[in-house]
Amino acid sequence: MRKQKAFEDFVHGIFLILGLVTVGCVLLITLYLVIAGIPAIRKIGILDFLCGTKWASTAKEPSYGILPFILTSVYGTAGAILIGVPIGFLTSVYLAKLAPAKIRTVVSGAVSLLAGIPSVVYGLIGMMVLVPGIRGLFRVPDGASLLAAIIVLAIMILPSIINVSITALEAVPKEYEDASLALGATPVETYFKVSVPAAKSGIAAAVVLGVGRAIGEAMAVMMVSGNAPNLPKLFGSVRFLTTAVASEMSYSGGLQRQALFSIALVLFLFIMLINAALNFFLKRSKEE
Amino acid sequence: MNGQIGIRRKIKIGLLRAACGLCAVFTCSLTLFLLVYVLVKGIPNISWELLSTKPSYLSGKIGILPDILNTVYMIAATLVFVLPLGVGAAVYLTEYAKNKRVVAAIEYAAETLSGIPSIIYGLVGMLFFCQFLNMQTSLLAGALTLVIMNLPTVMRTTQESLKTVPQSYREGAFGLGAGKWRVIRTVVLPGCIDGIVTGCILSVGRILGESAALLFTAGFAHALNGFLKGLGSAGATLTVSLYVYAKEQGEFGVAFAIAAILMILTLLVNLLAALAGRWFKRRQKL
Repeated sequence: MRKQKAFEDFVHGIFLILGLVTVGCVLLITLYLVIAGIPAIRKIGILDFLCGTKWASTAKEPSYGILPFILTSVYGTAGAILIGVPIGFLTSVYLAKLAPAKIRTVVSGAVSLLAGIPSVVYGLIGMMVLVPGIRGLFRVPDGASLLAAIIVLAIMILPSIINVSITALEAVPKEYEDASLALGATPVETYFKVSVPAAKSGIAAAVVLGVGRAIGEAMAVMMVSGNAPNLPKLFGSVRFLTTAVASEMSYSGGLQRQALFSIALVLFLFIMLINAALNFFLKRSKEE
Repeated sequence: MNGQIGIRRKIKIGLLRAACGLCAVFTCSLTLFLLVYVLVKGIPNISWELLSTKPSYLSGKIGILPDILNTVYMIAATLVFVLPLGVGAAVYLTEYAKNKRVVAAIEYAAETLSGIPSIIYGLVGMLFFCQFLNMQTSLLAGALTLVIMNLPTVMRTTQESLKTVPQSYREGAFGLGAGKWRVIRTVVLPGCIDGIVTGCILSVGRILGESAALLFTAGFAHALNGFLKGLGSAGATLTVSLYVYAKEQGEFGVAFAIAAILMILTLLVNLLAALAGRWFKRRQKL
């Protein structure tokens, strides 16, 4: 009997360890980013690092200002949200409330395919279709620009926005809608004036999730944004926080390499803020 | 009762409905365009020679067999590690955990992990696996990085399906005198097999599409290796080699061929996920 108990405790211990692996991973990632990211910030000076507008890591007198990357990431994400959210939101209303069952299956299939397409494939199509398109349409010397990145990101965040919004819209109690219909509102009016406000926390969560996806995307953006460390201009070649890390990592050393880790730390802080916002909205949406 | 709905109101309703429909049509046709464009551009470039050889500097020809094999190795190695970890964590959360704080910590950690962008995984994977644990740039280091990435997915799908195992099954087994581990092994784990399979399919999809996390952990070599030797050496998966061929070498024909293959695989994974979901739902009703 005692042997049995010892064995059960042993198994319990193993499962506890397996459970704690997740926590360990988060700690490991945080720890490594902080340890690797702090030295360069201290050497460069936090103000010069965050607010400096010139990034010239390989110059004779190197300058490490990442404001262009931060602004590009913020503008790029904002642009993607401006385009992606209305389209995603209206699609989700259609799918959750208006669509007949058969059409719904087809469109949902399309949305999950959109979610599954690898980001390098988006990047490739962007390179071959969007970049020449922008060059021809707006008569700019090079189409690899912030605009191309915004369009690619807007498409890439669509599935997240659609799926989370649909879940939120479907969770609205049917009584709310019935009451509105009984008062004489038409179905479409009911969906927009009753269901959508009732699902607003969930829809907010969808938008925040989209922000997180857009700010974290690296490969697709790297292939279409031109990758020069300029301050953001719609038709200019730009570099995001993610692509700044990726593009110089393979050949960097010394302070330059440390500065790349610091950029990753800044990106990580952004993501943690976004995660906190996401949790806030998800929790509130559950309480509703 | 005539004219109950005014003309203005009617127009407004019509416009809203049309906007919703248009956006749905846009999303659908966009997906269709991406699919058709990639297949049309890519399939003519797929040849048996491309699929069955490795790149050769002598003849200047490109083959993607090593990349295909690397992708398979990567999927196998990642699943081998992530399944026990993810399923174990889920079992702990639903069967053992009593301390609410521990549960909250694990769930919060899983949520955080699923929000971290892959480029950060790549960086930490490079620092920890490649440098600190001295694995160098290798498929194994890449696979371990992907294990951390996919952990929340496997954990969540297993957890969902554990919740559907009826409490009475467990009580019945306990009542017959089984110990906790025996109950888990014979009743709980077989009951959550559908969640494990779903988690596997989703993970395969993510591994297929992943590139940023692998660039600095698994590298971009195209050597033809067996499984064990392959794990120890650097190698590009299909997505990474697509990136290298398109961005660094300008080999767009090969890039589109790989893109078409990835597209077909993505379609297959989605189809499998949908089929599995339907099948498991039917089984639950029985």
